[in-house]
Amino acid sequence: MSTTAAPPNASPPARNAHTAEPTGATAALRRFAATPTAGPAVALLVAGLFFTLQSDRFLSGGNLALVIQQVMVVGTLALGQTLIILTAGIDLSCGAIMAFGGIVMAKLAADGTLPPLVAIAAGIGVCTLFGAANGALVTFVRLPPFIVTLGMLNIAFALTHIYSDEQTVTDLPGALTWLGETFPMGRTDISYGSVLTIALFLFFAYVLGQTAWGKHVYALGNSPEVARLTGIRTTRLRLAVFTVAGFIYGIAALLLVSRTGVGDPKAGQTDNLDSITAVVLGGTSLFGGRGLVLGTLLGALIVGVFRNGLQLMGVGSIYQTLITGGLVIIAVTVDQISRRRTR
Amino acid sequence: MTTSTSTPVLQARGLVKRYGHVTALDGADFDLYAGEVLAVIGDNGAGKSSLIKALTGALQPDEGTLHLDGNPVRFHGPLDARRHGIETVYQDLAVAASLDIASNMFLGREVRRRGPLGSVFRMLDKKRMREESAAHMADLKIGLRSLTQSVETLSGGQRQGVAVARAVAWARHVVVMDEPTAALGVKESGQVLDLIRRVRDRGLPVVLISHNMPHVFEIADRIHVQRLGRRVAQISPRDYGMSDVVSIMTGAREADPVPE
Repeated sequence: MSTTAAPPNASPPARNAHTAEPTGATAALRRFAATPTAGPAVALLVAGLFFTLQSDRFLSGGNLALVIQQVMVVGTLALGQTLIILTAGIDLSCGAIMAFGGIVMAKLAADGTLPPLVAIAAGIGVCTLFGAANGALVTFVRLPPFIVTLGMLNIAFALTHIYSDEQTVTDLPGALTWLGETFPMGRTDISYGSVLTIALFLFFAYVLGQTAWGKHVYALGNSPEVARLTGIRTTRLRLAVFTVAGFIYGIAALLLVSRTGVGDPKAGQTDNLDSITAVVLGGTSLFGGRGLVLGTLLGALIVGVFRNGLQLMGVGSIYQTLITGGLVIIAVTVDQISRRRTR
Repeated sequence: MTTSTSTPVLQARGLVKRYGHVTALDGADFDLYAGEVLAVIGDNGAGKSSLIKALTGALQPDEGTLHLDGNPVRFHGPLDARRHGIETVYQDLAVAASLDIASNMFLGREVRRRGPLGSVFRMLDKKRMREESAAHMADLKIGLRSLTQSVETLSGGQRQGVAVARAVAWARHVVVMDEPTAALGVKESGQVLDLIRRVRDRGLPVVLISHNMPHVFEIADRIHVQRLGRRVAQISPRDYGMSDVVSIMTGAREADPVPE
């Protein structure tokens, strides 16, 4: 497959009628409104405005940095989840895989037998292997992602508890908690982990938007048959997507350990579904082929902002969960209605 | 069988394909000449789609030979046939709905930026792909407002236009169209038929598989009639009426000896 060969008869001078794009601010706004990210962006702004009016502490730099810290683990998981959902898959096991990876790196590092960086690599490697195992079962055995990852959820969960012996791992070396440390930016302290999360999102926004691999992921989500007939190696691609997602869960594991400072076998249990919440709130279609990772970042932030804002208003955590659940249903409803209109 | 002096662009002899004790192809022959639209017709189960699959690499025949421009070829898969310059347009509008037109035109054959942006950062040259797509669309007189709109915003006829333009852009030898109008309305079918004519006039031979007799008679230069796993007739639509062709197709009558 040549990537440089131009089709025969290609003549560069293009007709203006085909390439002329509307310009100007209103046109840019209209184009933005047509993207699946517009809804979540507006929702985030409205929520931010609401909580600013409700609590004067909400808009402080320190509080916003806290929101980002709170969402970085789920946000990173949701990034991997987005890749899988774009191919019309689903991953119910991401939080459990992350918890296992976190325990592996924490235990190996705390034992002191391995250098901390090797322990981190081992934890990320374990997550990557879990992702690859999900992908292999989906592609080669042709099982539905829902079932495969449901099984893997239980396997990873059980392994986490067996391997950790139900014990929280403490006294971690500094390399495992470094990402949780902060540096001052203006009057706000930003954690290195937040920076890593943002960098990961920007990287995958680039990969999905600007590379052939990204286009192929969307094509696979649109229709595996179309993708195959256009010469995309769909089996390899799907396997790669699950494996890359596993690697991202490994990064999330490191973020988790660094944020809490311990290896906690009970961590990440609600994150399996919270990551899907973030993806859906971010405007990515569960049917595959439509969505943007920046939407997922916004989706994760929406959840974080709601939880944080409601906390500041003195609303209890179980009511926050209740409201988050309602949000998801509203988001999907709005999405469905707007899609029916445009068809 | 053929006595023609010119070499067929694509030729098959004695193709056999068996699935268990079902024989889909029973010694089928096939000839496609330069500059023609060849319609392939046949009743359900006549082996029409097995024949097309064998010609486009989607199926490997148990017996028989294929020649492309007089040279023996063997396709190990659809990609292999594409590498040999045979492109296929499928009936179910084979485009990726959420991607834009230029991305669809170049799907699986993307062009990267020159220099390190392309080689190291793997960045796509979207501008060049848009420009080349625009040139192809203009070439085939497919009018579309913007190449950055996603394909799902297009009408069925326009989508099929994108699929045809993609095939034509990459095909060096043959374009195969499998029921390209089956999913379309009357007006849109007419547009696709015009498009097929323009493709032929550019020198690319077209194999058209269709159930639609009026379409076949409107556009085909020759008709290949497939029945019981083999070619039973090659006829000109000028020599026969539609009902005659249907009779041959269903076995109610024999075709006259093949006029070459």
